[in-house]
Amino acid sequence: MGYRIRRWIADHWVLAVAALVLGYLLLPVVVVAGLSFNRPSSRLTYDFHEFTLDNWRNPCAAPGMCEAVWRSVQIGFLTTVISTVLGTLLAFALVRHGFRGRTAVNLLVLAPMATPEVVLGTSLLALLVAARVPLGFWTVVIAHVMFCISFVVMTVRARLSGMDPRLEEAALDLYASEWQAFLRVTLPLALPGIVAAALLAFSLSFDDFVVTNFTSGTTVTFPMYVWGANQRGIPPQVNVIGTAMFVVSLLLMLGTALRRRRPGRRAGRAGGPRPVRLRAAAPAPAPVSRSGRGHHGG
Amino acid sequence: MTGARRRLLPYLLVLPGGLWLVVFFLLPAVQLGATSLYDPAGSLTDGYEMTWAFGNYPDAVRTYWVHFVRSFWYAGLATALALVLGYPLAYVIALRAGRWQNLLLVCVVAPMFTSFLVRTLAWKAILADTGPVVGLLREVHLLAPDGRLLASPVAVVTSITYNYLPFMVLPIYASLQRLDRRLLEAARDLNARPVQVFRTVTFPLSMPGVVAGTLLTIIPAAGDYISAELLGTPREYMIGNVIDAAFLVRLDYPQGAALSVVLLLVILALTIGYLRRVGVEEVG
Repeated sequence: MGYRIRRWIADHWVLAVAALVLGYLLLPVVVVAGLSFNRPSSRLTYDFHEFTLDNWRNPCAAPGMCEAVWRSVQIGFLTTVISTVLGTLLAFALVRHGFRGRTAVNLLVLAPMATPEVVLGTSLLALLVAARVPLGFWTVVIAHVMFCISFVVMTVRARLSGMDPRLEEAALDLYASEWQAFLRVTLPLALPGIVAAALLAFSLSFDDFVVTNFTSGTTVTFPMYVWGANQRGIPPQVNVIGTAMFVVSLLLMLGTALRRRRPGRRAGRAGGPRPVRLRAAAPAPAPVSRSGRGHHGG
Repeated sequence: MTGARRRLLPYLLVLPGGLWLVVFFLLPAVQLGATSLYDPAGSLTDGYEMTWAFGNYPDAVRTYWVHFVRSFWYAGLATALALVLGYPLAYVIALRAGRWQNLLLVCVVAPMFTSFLVRTLAWKAILADTGPVVGLLREVHLLAPDGRLLASPVAVVTSITYNYLPFMVLPIYASLQRLDRRLLEAARDLNARPVQVFRTVTFPLSMPGVVAGTLLTIIPAAGDYISAELLGTPREYMIGNVIDAAFLVRLDYPQGAALSVVLLLVILALTIGYLRRVGVEEVG
């Protein structure tokens, strides 16, 4: 009995600590959402003063903010397209092919993730200045693609290495050409990983401050806007964007999770050329594969 | 596909992404090293001269060693806190959560869904002088009646710990989740007490996650300067603040570059030393 009681206490002690830690993780999210409904008494205070829907009705009332958000969306979109394509090609090469220099390529892909952002930003700034490249929109895209590639490779690679190579062999045995087997079997199977990688790349780009700070010149992205606004007092509309980002990301994550769970129904509704593909080795959510598997599976 | 094309294929796949990383990651790193050896007498407008001024390094470190020490002190503290807080959470998610596992994992990554800067500013609201946390701490006399949390190391470390906690939880979760539960049962069957099970079976088997989590936390934490800038004062400034100011405010590129290189080398040395000590096989 003593053992049982002790074990019960031990179990519930751990649960209580975990609940507190979870509260710590979620507290700022709740505060941001709450402050998005706040009418502050002055620009420099953070107290909850008065409930209002104004910030949500008119988020662009904060001068310059919506332009900054739009610029971040554009940069995020370009970064996502370029880094997803380049990273996916790299991941295919690393998983599917043995070639000379594979270890070096592996190292080159891992290195940016193990480098502090300040160092990434300052070294790129040093190069751009030395090469007399004017800083702005495109240098930010270049910088974002650079640090997103690694995360794309990790995410797509986790998906590819969980795939059964016999499926592709089966297609080849059934007289599919290599190109057909790739398009009809391999690519659809890899697609959830590629989509997860693209979403990750977008959120990394949209949210990046440090590297952007060194490479943007006078171009203002959303994080740069928040940084600048902090000196003058943060407009409450910033919290609207923060909350909206949270809601959109959450919905996207839940959406992909649901798709994964109910393959039959979705595939039936979508019709068209997309084959049923979702049953093979469901991957962990993207962030898990990024920090977990990436560093173990190597 | 012909044999030659097949042999070329991996190189064609690697080429665009690899080239991007060489030109925009490797080359800049080399340029950073070169910039750190420029003649400090030059300026951004007049241009710098390469004089192999190795003296930039001792000069920079002598002036800013306090910031280096503070960075690694805060980062180390945040990593230790993240381990203490993150391990129980990862443990519960991996071994106790049952069908709530996925929901809890979403909660762990949820903070990353909002903007990094916006959630750091949320801590400014939470720890504000007129806020509930400070009020409570003053009430129970843990804080002097005029004591503050903002503009103190407490606020900065709280925020750094918060920002990188998911990077600690996820790898630990991943290794606990892979653990063979029959080993735990066996230990219990052999009359091991819960503490013993944890100390002799669970924790050693989760070491790969702990090692990966520690590195994933301390590396970005040591370079972080947003928390110190937004929640602290110059008394809490870390090496990142100094590097930022050197490049963007003082426009002293050689010094900023030297500090960046030193930061990178220290982190590299710590990582290698740490992996040597715990054994590389733990991450492999």
